[in-house]
Amino acid sequence: MSDSNILEVKDLQVHFPVTEGLLKRQVGSIAAVNGVSFHIKRGETFSLVGESGCGKSTTALSVLKMQSVLDGQIIFDGEDITHHSPAQMRGIRRKMQMVYQDPFGSLNPRMKIGSIIGEPLRVHGMAGDKTRYHARIASLMKTVGLLEDMAERYPHEFSGGQRQRICIARALALDPKLIICDEPVSALDVSIQAQVVNLLMDLQERLGLTYLFIAHDLSVVRHISNRVAVMYLGKIVEEADRDTLFKSPKHPYTKALLAAVPEADPEVEAQRAEQLIIGEIPSLRSPPPGCTFHTRCAEAMPICKQQAPDCRTDGASSLVCHLYS
Amino acid sequence: MNPLLAISDLSVTFATDRGQVQALDGVSLSLNAGETLAVVGESGSGKSVTALSIMGLLGDSGRVSDGSIEFDGEDLTKVSGQRLREIRGNQIAFIFQEPMSSLNPVLTIGTQVAEPIWLHHKKSWSEAFEQAGELLRRVAIPDAVNRLEDYPHQFSGGMRQRVMIAMALACQPKLIIADEPTTALDVTVQAQILSLLKNLTKEANSSLILITHDLGVVARYADNVAVMYGGRVIETASARELYKNPQHPYTEGLMASIPKLDGDPGSRLYTIEGQPPDLSNLPSGCSFNPRCPHAQDKCIMTKPTLSEVAPNHLRACFGYER
Repeated sequence: MSDSNILEVKDLQVHFPVTEGLLKRQVGSIAAVNGVSFHIKRGETFSLVGESGCGKSTTALSVLKMQSVLDGQIIFDGEDITHHSPAQMRGIRRKMQMVYQDPFGSLNPRMKIGSIIGEPLRVHGMAGDKTRYHARIASLMKTVGLLEDMAERYPHEFSGGQRQRICIARALALDPKLIICDEPVSALDVSIQAQVVNLLMDLQERLGLTYLFIAHDLSVVRHISNRVAVMYLGKIVEEADRDTLFKSPKHPYTKALLAAVPEADPEVEAQRAEQLIIGEIPSLRSPPPGCTFHTRCAEAMPICKQQAPDCRTDGASSLVCHLYS
Repeated sequence: MNPLLAISDLSVTFATDRGQVQALDGVSLSLNAGETLAVVGESGSGKSVTALSIMGLLGDSGRVSDGSIEFDGEDLTKVSGQRLREIRGNQIAFIFQEPMSSLNPVLTIGTQVAEPIWLHHKKSWSEAFEQAGELLRRVAIPDAVNRLEDYPHQFSGGMRQRVMIAMALACQPKLIIADEPTTALDVTVQAQILSLLKNLTKEANSSLILITHDLGVVARYADNVAVMYGGRVIETASARELYKNPQHPYTEGLMASIPKLDGDPGSRLYTIEGQPPDLSNLPSGCSFNPRCPHAQDKCIMTKPTLSEVAPNHLRACFGYER
């Protein structure tokens, strides 16, 4: 693996058991993530997009090893962590942190802000003496644009945007290399989203962070990402650099997804022909045979129903579709 | 032509543990037949309270303290509870954000769609039930007639929202109010639901009030827009005019803060500093003044009222140089 990659995921498989009856007998399994491969270069923002149930969050949790993996390989910072024990993972998690979607559910209401931000330092035995510990918390709060004297307050005294800043400060406490952001702005008001997006970009520039960004809001993804992968039913169907993906999407699902998102401009919208994607996402319990998107695809061919398409890649971008093979 | 709905100077207060909170402060809106009006605002701006007060659904703690809601020649703030029940679900229908919690889990879909028809149109139950099947077909539920006996949990989120639309359309209402109808849904399903709603209301020449925070949705579906902030309407215009020529600094800031298609990726977004106001502790004067880059002394002393800046384009601002 080349040194420029901070994370490499190869052929990741995550299955959930399906149980039945009182004794929870396993009757089958759901492939929530079904052969996902990608890599993230140091200092870039890589986004996973897709609709609910596509496996984007499960992929992120697997990278953190908060989700058991059936098969595949996860290489972080040159180290194969696929079979690491929880104890081994403790050291690794110092270098990868997470920011969650819901800034209300992810902060302990009984802890003061300073203590929340300092918790990773205490857990990992990096708190040091009292003066250094408090100085570190103060500097983290300053970094994310919070005032130092807020450290003695409780989460309920803060608005959604400020809470997300607290979550970001906590994620930064251990000087991580990779931050996984799972829908970090989607719970926030529109006028606050831009503040948090700017903060994430500033921090990346200043601290050389790498982001794995998970979102369904494509306008934010387009703004913040270097490369984007589109997921559908547990698989990556298209991956490309940001400009290629947004300007000339190839996979019919990517096209449909882009067309479904309204642009905030009535003039553009008036000229846009409405092209609706038919149907809804099929159940993962019984995914369609062949290409899993064929049931909703406007360009489906006979072969799509029978045979799953292979992944065609040229290093920079990849595509899983019979139309281009 | 008289507007179908004219809200003038509406004020609503809620009794809370911390005393009286004024959720709406002199809201005025009007809507013509067949028109789609988007009400845009952030949490706490008063957009949902406006919708609930039209329906008379403010609950025990809320009350209209001032103003009127003229709907089709009647002031809804003055009519009896009996009359309001006749109007609700019949002439004005409501579609809520959460399709799961707004359907009764122990009644079949058919029963729930047939109920308003049976109740308001005095049809026999079997006729109403038959009509329910027809409605489900119109909202494109596959195999509609056979699904009448199904329960809500057997439907997906998008399908449940289709059922909600079928219920709303059941009595051919003059006005449909949809409060964030697609926020809980995926984008491809959102597009299906909104265009279905738009097409069906257009067919029936019904009016639609679309409450949303998504400026993309507004751009695609609305004719006119009202922007709310801190319990007041601060700007109204046609959608095209508002996006091209926003006149209130808050609207202008909102438009600038969303990433644009032709924008420069990787650049910093425009931000409105600060937080949306707390309704129990509103700043004096214009409630946007603490966040406004153009605030003057006047803005802290007095509340600006809506005035015309261009034909059919109103804003509540003392004006500023850009």
